[in-house]
Amino acid sequence: MKINDALSGAALVALGAALLWHIQGFPPMPGQKFGPAWFPGLVAGGLIACGALLVDAQLRSAAPVPLLALPAWMRRVRPAASVASVVAGLVFYVFAADTLGFHITAAALLLLWSRLLGAPWQFALPVALAATFVIHLAFYKLLKVPLPWGLLERVVF
Amino acid sequence: MTLEVLQQAFALVFDPYVLWVILASAAYGLFVGAIPGLTATMATALLVPVTFFMPPVPAIAAIVTATAMAIFAGDIPSCLLRMPGTPASAAYTDEAYAMTRNGQGEVALGASLVFSVIGGLFGTAVLFVAAPALAEIALKFSSFEYFWLVILGLSSAVFLAIGNPVKGVVSLLLGLLVASVGLDNPAAFPRFTFGNAELTGGLTLIPIMIGMFAFSEILRNVAAMERPWEMAQANIGNVFHGMWALTRRYPMSVLRGSALGTAIGALPGAGADIAAWMSYAVSKKFSKEPEKFGTGHVEGIVEAGAANNSAIAGAWIPALVFGIPGDSITAIVIGVLYIKGLNPGPTVFMEKAPEMCAIFVVFFLANLLMIPLGFAAIKGAKQLLRAPRELLMPVILLFCIVGAFAINNSLFGVLLLLVFGLIAFVMEENGFPVAPAILGMVLGGMLEENFISSMIKADGRLLAFFERPIAGALGALTMAIIAWPLARAWLRRKRNRQ
Repeated sequence: MKINDALSGAALVALGAALLWHIQGFPPMPGQKFGPAWFPGLVAGGLIACGALLVDAQLRSAAPVPLLALPAWMRRVRPAASVASVVAGLVFYVFAADTLGFHITAAALLLLWSRLLGAPWQFALPVALAATFVIHLAFYKLLKVPLPWGLLERVVF
Repeated sequence: MTLEVLQQAFALVFDPYVLWVILASAAYGLFVGAIPGLTATMATALLVPVTFFMPPVPAIAAIVTATAMAIFAGDIPSCLLRMPGTPASAAYTDEAYAMTRNGQGEVALGASLVFSVIGGLFGTAVLFVAAPALAEIALKFSSFEYFWLVILGLSSAVFLAIGNPVKGVVSLLLGLLVASVGLDNPAAFPRFTFGNAELTGGLTLIPIMIGMFAFSEILRNVAAMERPWEMAQANIGNVFHGMWALTRRYPMSVLRGSALGTAIGALPGAGADIAAWMSYAVSKKFSKEPEKFGTGHVEGIVEAGAANNSAIAGAWIPALVFGIPGDSITAIVIGVLYIKGLNPGPTVFMEKAPEMCAIFVVFFLANLLMIPLGFAAIKGAKQLLRAPRELLMPVILLFCIVGAFAINNSLFGVLLLLVFGLIAFVMEENGFPVAPAILGMVLGGMLEENFISSMIKADGRLLAFFERPIAGALGALTMAIIAWPLARAWLRRKRNRQ
């Protein structure tokens, strides 16, 4: 997504201002000039200055730039759907992994992603199952990462 | 460095388990480097969750070997597909591809391999000599010197980045902002936590880096996945033929590329990719036949190919001695060093001398192993480049998820991966470089801490920052680096008006 520099600059100014407002509540360090608000305050000031510079440079330039421009891949169905599925899949993982369990969520997502990217069923399905199993072996068995079992917990134990 | 330390280091490295790790990570590095769209930094980010569970020496050896191999392997698809395997090969991709088109594919691939090895060995030698020597000097550093070193690192990251410097500064500031989240500040006040327990300890950097370097890269790949790859040359002959003649013909290029690469690598924030761009430009400038550049001429590949591999080793110098990363790879490495109890700093060279020496030995070994393994990768390029991306990308994605989860065994890590991956994706699409943000995140705490303790020592007098000789010199250098581009921009504007 191409964002006009004036727009991102304005957003940065707004972020800096919000930071400055928020850090007013930080307590001073007793007996010291520089409390916890000093460092974020400096960052906020920098963000406001840089944001203003970006807005200024964009407004001075002669060539008109749209506020938001969609890149080529966003206007085509397949790449746009693939990117959306990757982002949505991660959100789904965060919310579903504990209830459904790692194995079911991971295999389902792998299958969905590789199908959307154009892999045929006869490859997508075995790879989804095998990759889930290999990651289970490597991380759960070997490295002792507690990947959640979820629904499978009753089946396995 | 005593003989005894060297012996201990060799014993640490030439252990069957460590050698096995080195071999496996070499294969991994060659694979990741050779696939366009998968970078050396990404290889490192994905390795971290695995190295988490290893002893210090194999953990570091895995990263060193994988990155060295990946930077070389990035040249393979440059020659065969006109696509750089990693950004470090982008500077001479057109040149290498033109050579393949002219029927000189073997020379291009051979030069990439041989001069990668030479550059890598050169960088390693400098690391071996310079890091302990620098550590001796750094032992006397106080918070004033460290403050200036951090500022110097942050400013060179901004000004060495390609593109708009204002956007580089924005990226840096966002990184510093991320670093200020949590309790970990001189006042121990919980900043920007909004009552969330996950934020109190600060944001864990590894999931963020997996997000910014691996997840965002996958998004880019997925967005542009429709075109199939076509190889310009399928069968590759003897790539070592004529390499000795090339070395004798371009000795200055080899030396200059290796030296410049090591220096750029050692400068914080700039790594192998910028080293290659600069070396390629320098090579063209000093060449006797600059008109041949771009038409399939090997000279630039010799110089820039040596530069990007020497930069890998160079970046470790400030990372080990000061804890200031030389590039995005070492930005990740520093986190690993802390986890492994090899806290970077001048004293680590005394307290952990065998381990430090082992890192140097691994660097030498990895670069020597590159000759046979790199040759095998070139021979197998046809199969390597046929790896089905539509199956590969989802598996890498799952690996990212599990890796981000494994650091704290928390789904919050996966959330960080997603959020920061998206931020990095949008940033890069709009010309904001990601490297300064990473540097800001790694160095933010150090910057604040050294500033506050210097101010307390100096009782609030800013002049104290210039009173110690080394601090004064570093301060003046930093000011010059910051002032130079500003002055140049002002002069240009003035000239345009006239």
